[in-house]
Amino acid sequence: MAQTGRPLSPHLQVYKWQVQMVTSILHRATGIVLAVGSLLLVWGLAAVAAGPEAFATFTDCAGSPLGMVVLFGWTLAFFYHLANGIRHLVQDTGTGYSIPAFVRSSWLSIIVSIVLTVAVWAYVLAGGHA
Amino acid sequence: MSRDLRNPLARARGLGSAKEGVSHWMLQRVTALGLVFLTVWFVVTVLGLMHSDYATARATLAKPWNAVLLAALLITMFRHAVLGLQVVIEDYVHTRWLEVVSLVLIKFIAVLAALAGVLAVLRVALGS
Repeated sequence: MAQTGRPLSPHLQVYKWQVQMVTSILHRATGIVLAVGSLLLVWGLAAVAAGPEAFATFTDCAGSPLGMVVLFGWTLAFFYHLANGIRHLVQDTGTGYSIPAFVRSSWLSIIVSIVLTVAVWAYVLAGGHA
Repeated sequence: MSRDLRNPLARARGLGSAKEGVSHWMLQRVTALGLVFLTVWFVVTVLGLMHSDYATARATLAKPWNAVLLAALLITMFRHAVLGLQVVIEDYVHTRWLEVVSLVLIKFIAVLAALAGVLAVLRVALGS
């Protein structure tokens, strides 16, 4: 595309922020996060294949404070992309396009992803005892 | 009044200006649907393995069904990731050479990562 210096659609600076914009942007952002995270998954699998020492290095990194922060962000990104992805699949059937339904399902994606993330981390921090 | 300005042959082929029809759109949805099941299965499996030792983790991954689902997850996930990243790059990278380089680079990385992941699963499953 030619670089003209003119403002580009969709002119975010003149829009009032709405939840549908946030869910749309977050879907892309979490998609990018998950794409990078999938490389870490390959690292984990390669560590299992390589042997106990490599696996210990991997679990030490995953269990470190930084590793826990990354895993928490990954969990949130995953559940958000999952919930909002299912929302998009439902919308692909042509349903839920009225503005109130659209706003409602946007909030549902956000709330469901937070609830599932909290549930998983409550389970993890309780030491795996549900 | 219905008027179609397209060539009748182009309309019959139904491939549009990108020459691939709806294949990108459809593959993104089909991989997404597969990932709904595969990723939830994977998260549940990993949570079940939490705090387990190396031998248990390895034995779990080595079970035939787990190995098959894991390989399916890796291939589906990286295919879906490339489809999604491709659209992001096409939308936001406005310098043509950078756009093309990025589009090729994500495909190379995804193929290598998927192959490395599947090889790791096979090594565990076949016990070598």
